[in-house]
Amino acid sequence: MSSVLYDVPGPKARRISLIGSIIGVVVIGGLLVLAVMTLAQQGIFDANRWAVFQIPDVWVLIANGIGATLAAAAVAAVIAFPLGLLLCLMRISDNAWIRVPTRIVLEFLRGMPVVLMMLFVLLVFATSSFVAVVAGLVLYNSAIFAEIIRAGVQSLPKGQREAGLAIGLTSFQSRLTIELPQAIRRMLPSLVAQLVVLLKDTSLGYIVAYGELLRAVQVMADFLGPQYLFPVFFVAAAIYIAIDLAVSRLAIWLERRGSRRAAGGVAHVPVAGIPAAK
Amino acid sequence: MDVIIENLPQYWDGFLRTLFLSVVSGIIALIFGTVLAAARVSPIAALRGFSMVYVEIVRNTPLTIAFFFAAVVLPRLGITFQQFEVAAIIALSAYTSAFIAEAVRSGVNSVPVGQAEAARSIGMKFSQVLTLIILPQALRTVIPPLINILIALVKNSSVAGAFYVLELFGQGKQLANANGDAVVWVLVGVAFFYLLITIPLGYLANVVERKVAIAR
Repeated sequence: MSSVLYDVPGPKARRISLIGSIIGVVVIGGLLVLAVMTLAQQGIFDANRWAVFQIPDVWVLIANGIGATLAAAAVAAVIAFPLGLLLCLMRISDNAWIRVPTRIVLEFLRGMPVVLMMLFVLLVFATSSFVAVVAGLVLYNSAIFAEIIRAGVQSLPKGQREAGLAIGLTSFQSRLTIELPQAIRRMLPSLVAQLVVLLKDTSLGYIVAYGELLRAVQVMADFLGPQYLFPVFFVAAAIYIAIDLAVSRLAIWLERRGSRRAAGGVAHVPVAGIPAAK
Repeated sequence: MDVIIENLPQYWDGFLRTLFLSVVSGIIALIFGTVLAAARVSPIAALRGFSMVYVEIVRNTPLTIAFFFAAVVLPRLGITFQQFEVAAIIALSAYTSAFIAEAVRSGVNSVPVGQAEAARSIGMKFSQVLTLIILPQALRTVIPPLINILIALVKNSSVAGAFYVLELFGQGKQLANANGDAVVWVLVGVAFFYLLITIPLGYLANVVERKVAIAR
């Protein structure tokens, strides 16, 4: 592999790099071995601790946790996306009486922790924890979706809207039939990346006592005994991360595919998951 | 409304603790994230691999899992903390550094190729190219995304409230329990203090972005 940051390695540099690699592997591997040995000393790897996974009920609880996580994420995503579209249309409306209040609401929603919104809904409206989780996710993510789509609309060439208006479409028709379809297509990778954030944020349901995966881990550890906390946590965390990794991969795949297909390419996924406001 | 004024000391205490968590975790994450980004572009394959795996896994880990690990699982494994703030700072800085590493790396990629080529052609080593030429330019272009990451960090610190740290969210939860009849106002107060940090930071990001856009 060649990089512009350093010269193509010669024999000496290759040797140094190899030695560095070996030292790096030894250090990282050593730390891992140390961690594993510490864990082993505590009997984490005793077969009877992991035998807990032979109990079918444990898997039922884990499956229920995954189901609850995915259900909250799916319902929230399905509601948040149309709401985000609507908020985006209001945010870029020609009418200042609609535009300015929407802008304030969006700033407000984006500046608040999701878990605070969940707690608010839970306590103030005395809803079930499922509704609280979904409502918190919807409020926050619809604001982010709105900002992402807006960034997409603004990234379109000016001529798109001008042409739409010139052939006699109303402003709203131009937005709906000309600009939004292109904007959404362009921002598809960012929207999917935001879905990963939404999926990750379902774990905040743990805090408002929603029975998602992490809460299931806690329940099992309380029920079976603390010695099973680590094995159960380990498996649950691995499942959570695997699901998120899969959706992240989808976003990257869409970005690669989109840069070949969509007119003008797609926008890159911003690092923080949130496009910088313009 | 009265409930906010009556409990102002608690709010202030929580606000300061939120600021403390954010600032300390932010500084650790900025340093560690930059080191990770440097490792990701380094000539040493093992470092590149480590950085890539770390960033990929941590970015896809829910923050609550990181907190659960630091505050509940670690103590079970014999690593106990005098104060839960330490666990919160570990979780927050480990999580945030992955995002910072990605941002800095994208900044490194945005520096024109000629810069690195020129530096190499006058005989600089990799460490010199990176620290003297590339990073100073890269960091400048990624200031707006970095501020956005720090805003997310401030909001993320609210998760600490669920893991035994009495920061803004934790205080809010306690106050909400104590003042069942005025929950709305209690939580509006909490929201106000969060917005006090996040909205000015957001404007700062916008201003800096415009400046950087002109400078380039």
